[in-house]
Amino acid sequence: MAEPQDVTLDDEPLLVAEHLGKNYGRLTACRDVSFALFPGEVLAIVGESGSGKSTLLQLLSAQLAPSAGRVSYRMRDGVLRDLAALGEAERRFLFRTDWGYVHQDPAQGLRMAVSAGANVGERLMAVGWNHYGRIRDTASSWLERVEIDTARIDDAPRTYSGGMRQRLQIARNLVTEPRLVFMDEPTGGLDVSVQARLLDLMRNLVSELGLAAIVVTHDLAVARLLSHRVMVMKGGRVVETGLTDQVLDDPREPYTQLLVSSILPA
Amino acid sequence: MNAPAYNFAYLDEQTKRMIRRAILKAIAIPGYQVPFASREMPMPYGWGTGGVQVTAAILGPDDVLKVIDQGSDDTTNAISIRKFFGKTAGVATTTATADATVIQTRHRIPEAPLHAGQVLVYQVPIPEPLRFLEPRETETRRMHALGEYGLMHVKLYEDIARFGHIATSYAYPVKVNARYVMDPSPTPKFDNPKMDDCPALQLFGAGREKRIYAIPPHTDVVSLDFEDHPFTRYRFDAPCALCGAGDSYLDEIVTDDKGGRMFVCSDTDYCESRQSAGHRGSESAAPHKERAHG
Repeated sequence: MAEPQDVTLDDEPLLVAEHLGKNYGRLTACRDVSFALFPGEVLAIVGESGSGKSTLLQLLSAQLAPSAGRVSYRMRDGVLRDLAALGEAERRFLFRTDWGYVHQDPAQGLRMAVSAGANVGERLMAVGWNHYGRIRDTASSWLERVEIDTARIDDAPRTYSGGMRQRLQIARNLVTEPRLVFMDEPTGGLDVSVQARLLDLMRNLVSELGLAAIVVTHDLAVARLLSHRVMVMKGGRVVETGLTDQVLDDPREPYTQLLVSSILPA
Repeated sequence: MNAPAYNFAYLDEQTKRMIRRAILKAIAIPGYQVPFASREMPMPYGWGTGGVQVTAAILGPDDVLKVIDQGSDDTTNAISIRKFFGKTAGVATTTATADATVIQTRHRIPEAPLHAGQVLVYQVPIPEPLRFLEPRETETRRMHALGEYGLMHVKLYEDIARFGHIATSYAYPVKVNARYVMDPSPTPKFDNPKMDDCPALQLFGAGREKRIYAIPPHTDVVSLDFEDHPFTRYRFDAPCALCGAGDSYLDEIVTDDKGGRMFVCSDTDYCESRQSAGHRGSESAAPHKERAHG
């Protein structure tokens, strides 16, 4: 489906999780999660509320320190490095260049009081772009790509609708051409037609840019549309994993069968 | 006329030691905001409690003190602080920039060039340049520590996007010694270039926010900008109405309720010394009278 961005790295995993676990005191939020994510691959993590999806996403994106196991990431120089061993400066640099993080609530991922152009340009300025004209041109071309009217480049996102905010958040994340994007319920809180448009946009961008993505969602339709592979979580464990159509069309585990059968018929 | 009830320069010696330690650290790390245990001073916050504490900590019996408020030696704030130290420290005070060893200032750098051995003490209301973009102190400190200053350019970007040019005209962010981004207190950006490679020591005290920072003599101070929108100074395009100076920062003074106004030097000492040297502006009363000395 997606064209890999870099053929030489294709057979090397981009992100590797080994026996990841996280406890909050006696509560186990997530245990023994292992998988490898390859360049250009989209992985969906599905499960009900409280199944540990969000904790897992935070572990993978190094926002939380794991209680057990480790996460490694292949840097742009091709070396696989343990995220816990990175310095804070390196980790933050990774976060605003090679990674993207799309929050469920765009207000968390955007600066609501500054203009859309500055929101998109912020990452560029953070990596040292110092030419207003070029920053603005890049920002406006990204607004076009996410189907936001470029006439609104100087409006603050708080004047935007929910769907526009989410698209702006995506533009803001993709402007530095990251290789991996984390998405936490990217379509949550949007109405159905806006969801469909957003999903269509994301699917195109992911395949155009050869992005790898990890999408946390409770919506199996999102998983089906976007992802190549699905991981089903329950009570902090991965109960089933496999190709998306295989897991969703032919679920083996009872819990997955329950999830799939809970979808309301259209 | 030292009032015996107070220690020299009002503050007790332990407090001065604490403040001096903070100042030394600030000088060692140019532009870095050093926290200090700011004291209650006998004046409200916002009236220069930070600057007064720094001045009190560095003042010696032989110092000559000048205090300016928006460039002026004769506004309420300047007069009361000058009197305060005259009373509690018994130090000599002056209005002449060249004669002073310590100059406490609010919002201006004197027009007359400073020389080695002088200390310029700024009163700072909000020391954090990133504050209005990032409200969390924990986060701004981390950004300083890691040198993540992209956000500062977001503010300048916003200016250009809204106004077509960098409209920030005071508290214009600077990078000190190629490391820390610093708020130069609300001085007009006209004064920013004077901070660069200045032979005098510059100390900044924020009393309410409990921070001290410094620019040691002859330190690089660069105003942030974009390649295609470079930093520019700004002044009203007029000569001073009293002394005719064409290079000084001007205050606009409304003279009647029919739109009448005049522009005069904000630095009163500079203006008066020019007038006594015979310079005249369009509004000066002739013949020029000797200025009264305070």
